[in-house]
Amino acid sequence: MNPFTIHKGLVAPLDAMHVDTDQIIPKQFLKRIERTGYEDVLFYDWRFLDDGKTPDPDFEMNAPRYAGASILLARDNFGCGSSREHAPWALHDYGIRSIIAPSFADIFFNNCFNNGMLPIPLAAEEVEKLFQQTRATEGYSLEINLPDQQIICPDGAKIPFEITHFLKQRLLNGWDQIGLTLRHEAEITAFEEKRAAARQG
Amino acid sequence: MKKNIYQKIWDAHLVAEPEGEDVILYIDRHYIHEVTSPQAFEGLRLSNRPVRRPDLTYATMDHNIPTTDRSMPIADILSRAQVETLRKNCAQFDIECFDMLDPRNGIVHVVGPELGLTQPGMTIVCGDSHTSTHGAFGALAHGIGTSEVEHVLATQTLRQKVSKTMEVRINGQLAPGITSKDIILAIIGKIGTSGGTGYVIEYTGEAIRSLSMEARMTICNMSIEAGARAGLISPDEKTFEFLKGRPMLPQDRSHGELVEEWKQWASDPGCSYDTLVELDAAAIEPQVSWGTSPEMVSGVSAATPILAEVADVNKRHAYEKALEYMGLTEGLPLQSIGIDTVFIGSCTNGRIEDLREAAKVLRGYKKADSVKRALIVPGSQAVKRQAEAEGLDKIFREAGFEWREAGCSMCLAMNDDKLEPGERCASTSNRNFEGRQGKGGRTHLVSPAMAAAASVAGTFTDIRNWKYQD
Repeated sequence: MNPFTIHKGLVAPLDAMHVDTDQIIPKQFLKRIERTGYEDVLFYDWRFLDDGKTPDPDFEMNAPRYAGASILLARDNFGCGSSREHAPWALHDYGIRSIIAPSFADIFFNNCFNNGMLPIPLAAEEVEKLFQQTRATEGYSLEINLPDQQIICPDGAKIPFEITHFLKQRLLNGWDQIGLTLRHEAEITAFEEKRAAARQG
Repeated sequence: MKKNIYQKIWDAHLVAEPEGEDVILYIDRHYIHEVTSPQAFEGLRLSNRPVRRPDLTYATMDHNIPTTDRSMPIADILSRAQVETLRKNCAQFDIECFDMLDPRNGIVHVVGPELGLTQPGMTIVCGDSHTSTHGAFGALAHGIGTSEVEHVLATQTLRQKVSKTMEVRINGQLAPGITSKDIILAIIGKIGTSGGTGYVIEYTGEAIRSLSMEARMTICNMSIEAGARAGLISPDEKTFEFLKGRPMLPQDRSHGELVEEWKQWASDPGCSYDTLVELDAAAIEPQVSWGTSPEMVSGVSAATPILAEVADVNKRHAYEKALEYMGLTEGLPLQSIGIDTVFIGSCTNGRIEDLREAAKVLRGYKKADSVKRALIVPGSQAVKRQAEAEGLDKIFREAGFEWREAGCSMCLAMNDDKLEPGERCASTSNRNFEGRQGKGGRTHLVSPAMAAAASVAGTFTDIRNWKYQD
């Protein structure tokens, strides 16, 4: 997994609450057995007209000014519903590296970190301000500084954000979580043996 | 110290607490299915890692399989490849698989409990958000992503942060005709789809104690729709009675010995939680969702919301969009909404008791002509056999329903069972998201009895006034 340290990128708005993972990637695209190649089906039902090809001009992210965005701005409870990791895969394949929203659904939030992506929960007022600034300024970009836990706005304003120590270290180092846990293999074995013994006694 | 059930299970499964890291929690059961596991197995192969405990891992095929004749190969090439991939992975890594033609096949969250694989005090995970279902047995159970599936396959553990706990207490007794589906929809209506985020819920109170195990599973199943990590119910005599004699329980201990072990997991009387939510059971009406999020739900005697009365601007915007998608107007009585499709099934409401409830309503009736399609999809092949033994399939067929093989079917519409654009469905499933049951499809979440009644009336109708024919 690639480390996430400092990321600067164009911001795109997705102005809806409770965006569920069925919207992020509809079910018909979950039949593949690969981990990549989902960029063209991200937000499929919203992004394209009924022919499945023509970009829907009413979908805000489709505006040319947001092409190449790597930071997504969203509303409450982003990523709710199904546990499908295809949702962060599709966002990642599209180029998104960080998502800023007032709150995230639990499983989606965890899935992001397993793909080197940084979801940032911010107060709703902060997110609202970012929505306004993004729409007001073409080319609006943010710098996300994970070591300092700050979002740096184009005017130099800094927005601090919270992240747990462990999640931060995982992203900064691009750690493989399985490798990290397997360092404790002896403890896992000891746990299993202790339980087996207790069951027999 | 007095502990609640979550704290007890957590403490008993702690493998290690490395400094500055999330703890390592042992996993007792790992259920897998065809859709969220292939990339995990591929990851193991790429890293040359084995499955640590194939004996604690069980696979079923459910999301992607046809509910029609299964003697033929699956027509959809991608679906077929995914099912074959699971078959191959299970063979390579020595994992027991309840294959499509296996009599034990069915939806993972129906099969685990009915085989006795799900037991009190366990930690249970699956790459499926409705894993919370197993919480009905007093197990800590939740959905995980595919990377975590790979982590559990490789280590039989999961990295976890401790959650806050929420007690949802349902006081008093339900009115006749009200089911556990109505309870959980009412809870979600009250706390919202992110009301449980960061929490593990324990459901308590007189109304919960009175529920059967099937009904408890329905409640725990939709904990995820409230945003909760998991939802549990402390085990009691009903739990033990349900599990008695199930084929995949430990064979080296008697039922009495198992019950003694299981009893210890129930929350200690007087234990504490971080938050309390209370509902009066008697006040819960039959619920009907009207929007595109499970929190957009009301009692059947109510109407769709008046937008001007919604104070929060983002919420008003969401309601407006939802009504537009659903093809509904403001202030519309829910009982005036006509439907053209009915779906009874899913891991939420595809168990034998759900089918009995539906059959009780349908006995002696036929679906309305305006209802184009009515499907009953049992949650497992065992449920199907049981229903047929009781003659329920005849009641369904006589009422004009299609009687299918087990699977997830139209709950998520990955197979051929899906809504056409604009079709409106009374569904016993768990999600009314845009396009969930098919692009442009409109889903109203209800209980099996309410769905059955709607199929006859052609509109939503209050089950409390139903004239049952014996």
